[in-house]
Amino acid sequence: MKSKKLSIPYIIWMLVFTMIPIVMIGITAFKDSHGNFSLEPFMKAFGYTGVFLKSLWIALLSTLICLVLAYPLAYLLTRMKKSSQNTIQMLLMIPMWMNFLLRIYAWMILLQKNGPLDTALSLLGIHGTYIGNTGAVVLGMVYEYLPFMVLPIFTVMSKIDGGLIEAAQDLGSNGFAVLRKVIFPLSIPGVISGITMVFVPSASTFLVSQYLGGTDDIMIGDVIDKIFWTDQSTGSAISLILMILIFVFLVLMNLFGDEEAIA
Amino acid sequence: MQKKKLSVVSKIYIALILIFLYAPIAVMIIMSFNKGNTMAWKGFSLKWYGELFQNNVLMGALANTLIIAVLASLLATVLGTAAAIGINNFRGKTRAVLQNVSNIPIISPDIVMGVSLMLLFSFLGVIFHFEMGFFTVLLSHVCFCVPLVVLNVMPRLRRMDPSLYDAALDLGCNQWQAFYKVVIHELMPGIVSGMLISFTYSLDDFVITHFTQGAKFNNLSTEIYSLLRRKIPPTINALSALLFLAIIIIMVLINVYERRAEKRAAKLK
Repeated sequence: MKSKKLSIPYIIWMLVFTMIPIVMIGITAFKDSHGNFSLEPFMKAFGYTGVFLKSLWIALLSTLICLVLAYPLAYLLTRMKKSSQNTIQMLLMIPMWMNFLLRIYAWMILLQKNGPLDTALSLLGIHGTYIGNTGAVVLGMVYEYLPFMVLPIFTVMSKIDGGLIEAAQDLGSNGFAVLRKVIFPLSIPGVISGITMVFVPSASTFLVSQYLGGTDDIMIGDVIDKIFWTDQSTGSAISLILMILIFVFLVLMNLFGDEEAIA
Repeated sequence: MQKKKLSVVSKIYIALILIFLYAPIAVMIIMSFNKGNTMAWKGFSLKWYGELFQNNVLMGALANTLIIAVLASLLATVLGTAAAIGINNFRGKTRAVLQNVSNIPIISPDIVMGVSLMLLFSFLGVIFHFEMGFFTVLLSHVCFCVPLVVLNVMPRLRRMDPSLYDAALDLGCNQWQAFYKVVIHELMPGIVSGMLISFTYSLDDFVITHFTQGAKFNNLSTEIYSLLRRKIPPTINALSALLFLAIIIIMVLINVYERRAEKRAAKLK
């Protein structure tokens, strides 16, 4: 029990399967097609700046929409009986257990031309295209990651001391003031982890945009997937940049979260 | 927090979110009973279910997915539990570093982990003459499962009273008995939830498998991926409907089990 030895297999494992692969990406990113040191892969990677920006934009939009949808839901959840809380939480989890590709495919069916949504809206006299644009990609992302936003916010909110809320009410705060001055500040850690859990995967995901988006909605994950099979160096350079961006984002979120916790 | 009855607006809001989450799944289930193979409704039929069970490729991919998920979550549970106990005995900086490195696979984007493992395996493959397939997928799945187990076991370990182990030794257990009967018993809820989360992550994984599967091996996700590249066969709807049914059954069973455990705990109090 007191032994540190039990962690030795995992330390070796991390070395082989976590550290070495990352180092390999770092090395491959600085090689040209002849295996010599070169900055060429990064030059090529910068050619995809537009795709990077578009991915970050889609991820940002998806995260914001998730937050706006999830926050009231999490708040309502805290005001329910324990049994209804469990039921709703389970209902939120079930779609996440469906296979990732099947969920996206389901949206392809639902949104396609002459599909259920198109047919229903046509009856009302509304005609439009619901697939093959940025909106559809964002919709797919929100669908994929909404529960990742609800659950952390709910967890943090449900731990808020009821006494604090009663105290605020006793001191004359109305419902909205309680929400703004007590519940919201105390729920920030949950919001931060929710934002992280939605933003990171949606910025780096691939396939969603291939299936739901148009030709100009291609995301950085799709680019890595497309070129890695033929050009590992550029693929590695893009992966490295993506990883650095994500780490910077995580550090920023952490800083922000800590400050809020102190204040 | 006070539990007031929710207003009608709140209830409608929750209902709308649930409709948003379930509408696509519902459409898929309805279409799985469609006789025709386009969106147009041609009458009720079970023929896609028949075709699904005769589809050896999909059934094989499903079997692969289950085998990988079971093996990966078991291996990760053993490795991760041992690792958590070991790491917990380090102090200060060393422990922080080990925990942070352990978290890298969770924090870093799936796709980066996928391509980095692909680089590793293709490099090792050249040296040791092997091709990517079942074992590289299994190893990769263990890679992203172990950190999940460590994360779930660690809080339990922190809360555990270290003198329990010493007490067991004083009361005549040998080291192995004390470890098994006291430590593992105390950690069990964390170990089980770590294993379950690993299992579901492995079942659902597409990205990591996509990059480490090699030419011949497919799990369900990658098989569906290659199907979706060609013409979409309606058997996929039948498959989704059955998976959904399986998930519902598992969820209900887990819920019943938890309720019973709660009742038992309540009686003990």
